[in-house]
Amino acid sequence: MNYPLHLAILVLLWGYIYTSWSLMGRLGLVSFGHGAFMGIGAYTVVMLWNHFGLSPWLGAIAAFVFSAVVAIVIGWPCFRFRIVGHYFALVTLALSEVTRLIFIAARDHTGGSLGATPNGALVDGTSASLWALQFSSKLPWLLIVTALWLFGLWVWRQVDRSMGRLALQAISEEEEAAASIGIHVTRAKLRITIISALMTCAGGILYAQYQLYVNPDTVSGIAISLQMVFGVIAGGMFVMLGPTVGAAFTLLLAEGLRLAFGNRYPALDATIYGVMLVLFIIYMPKGILGAALEGWKAARRRKAAPA
Amino acid sequence: MLLVDGLTKSFDGFLAVKNVSFEVAEGEILGLIGPNGSGKSTTFNLIAGALKPTAGSVRFRGAEIGGLPAYRVAHAGIGRTHQIPKPFRKLSLVDNVALAAFYGANETISREEAYRRAKDTLALVGIVSTDVQKLGAAGLKKLELARALATQPKLLLADESLGGLDHGEMEQAAELLAAIRGKRGITIVWVEHIMGVLMRVVDRCVVLDHGEVIARGRPAEVARDPKVIEVYLGTDAPEVQAATHARRQ
Repeated sequence: MNYPLHLAILVLLWGYIYTSWSLMGRLGLVSFGHGAFMGIGAYTVVMLWNHFGLSPWLGAIAAFVFSAVVAIVIGWPCFRFRIVGHYFALVTLALSEVTRLIFIAARDHTGGSLGATPNGALVDGTSASLWALQFSSKLPWLLIVTALWLFGLWVWRQVDRSMGRLALQAISEEEEAAASIGIHVTRAKLRITIISALMTCAGGILYAQYQLYVNPDTVSGIAISLQMVFGVIAGGMFVMLGPTVGAAFTLLLAEGLRLAFGNRYPALDATIYGVMLVLFIIYMPKGILGAALEGWKAARRRKAAPA
Repeated sequence: MLLVDGLTKSFDGFLAVKNVSFEVAEGEILGLIGPNGSGKSTTFNLIAGALKPTAGSVRFRGAEIGGLPAYRVAHAGIGRTHQIPKPFRKLSLVDNVALAAFYGANETISREEAYRRAKDTLALVGIVSTDVQKLGAAGLKKLELARALATQPKLLLADESLGGLDHGEMEQAAELLAAIRGKRGITIVWVEHIMGVLMRVVDRCVVLDHGEVIARGRPAEVARDPKVIEVYLGTDAPEVQAATHARRQ
């Protein structure tokens, strides 16, 4: 029973993180740096807990502040000086790698590339500590990540229905024209970036607490950032449940490959990801869910109007 | 209403606009004309905040706006159109205009109010299509105009509203600008390199050549000015004469 539960938790958690990424990704701000925000969330909370005994709830506040500062320091100059498209992707790509390298370099405190484990709070047979955000059973985690995932979908819907979403779409098409009708381009971009970064940071915090382990490679760096981009493209970034479908797809693919081939071909999943990413971008740019919904709508139209 | 004083713009040492000064009175339509490359569009972009002036000042209703970013110029009450239309193609027609109404107003308005203003404005400029993708050259120019007007400007900067239009469409566009001034009391600065149709509608002209003002005054005076005739010689000169003649009758 634990394994399906584990998969469900991961799908929902990654679904939430991909949804957070898509909030800006689908509006023309394609970030390859979200691994940084996930890593900041994971590491800040675990380090404050291990070194100062600070509860993850308080550590989360520090992590949010930290993420917001990084989002502004990176985002503001990019948006102010109109670094868009590929250049924005490159700047953010550097951000995720720099973050990973910092975690490794600070090995005296972070455990370096071996990672770190939060000090256990479940002693003397206790099975749950809300204060330490540690639970020995998976059920509380399922509830927590479900709530978080629903929150992510709610934010998506709020953004989707706002004038701000139209403004960002307008900016992604014609930035100068958008400014000429009174849209504060830098502020509009920065706002959605901060929302997306903070949500991703929250995902990183819970991921670390759930796994009870942080590692520079699994919570930050290029690999994780690319995984988000690929997952979202596979699922579909323009529909609300697309990122979640992408999370389910990538996770089941990785698990399937692992079950089928074990550890015989360690880079096999990455290779298949790469090939599939290219195929998706060329043949299914709207993703699995986007394409499925489109096909379904087309079928309905044909049914409604038989020629 | 608008006071441009000593406006200068240098691109890596090339002076695109040299010490340009002119004034726009409330309620008038001013034609800013000149051949291609004369600095009209640069002057226009300097006023609209798309470019930062190298020197000089732009005062609008008593406040300095030179060098302000474009969105603040919009909030100050200046709307602009683009020479090459820049529609938001992924948005619906009404969304295009409602965005301008929502973000361009110098006040906080509700979404409903923004959409109401957008529909009014679309009706004013007379766009019948509902799909941005289906708009032709004239329709896209009208959309530019609608978007600028939806921000409820006191001053409208119209950039080459006639470019790419056939003769009938030009006449319609000119009438539309005149009607906008009449109905909404909006002051207009109209940039154009084609003189013909414009000369019948504008109250005054400022003529630019090589980044400098070479003539200013009422259309009939400007059209007789030897310097202007020289600049336009062989291109629009006979058309200018015909246009001013038509106006006198």
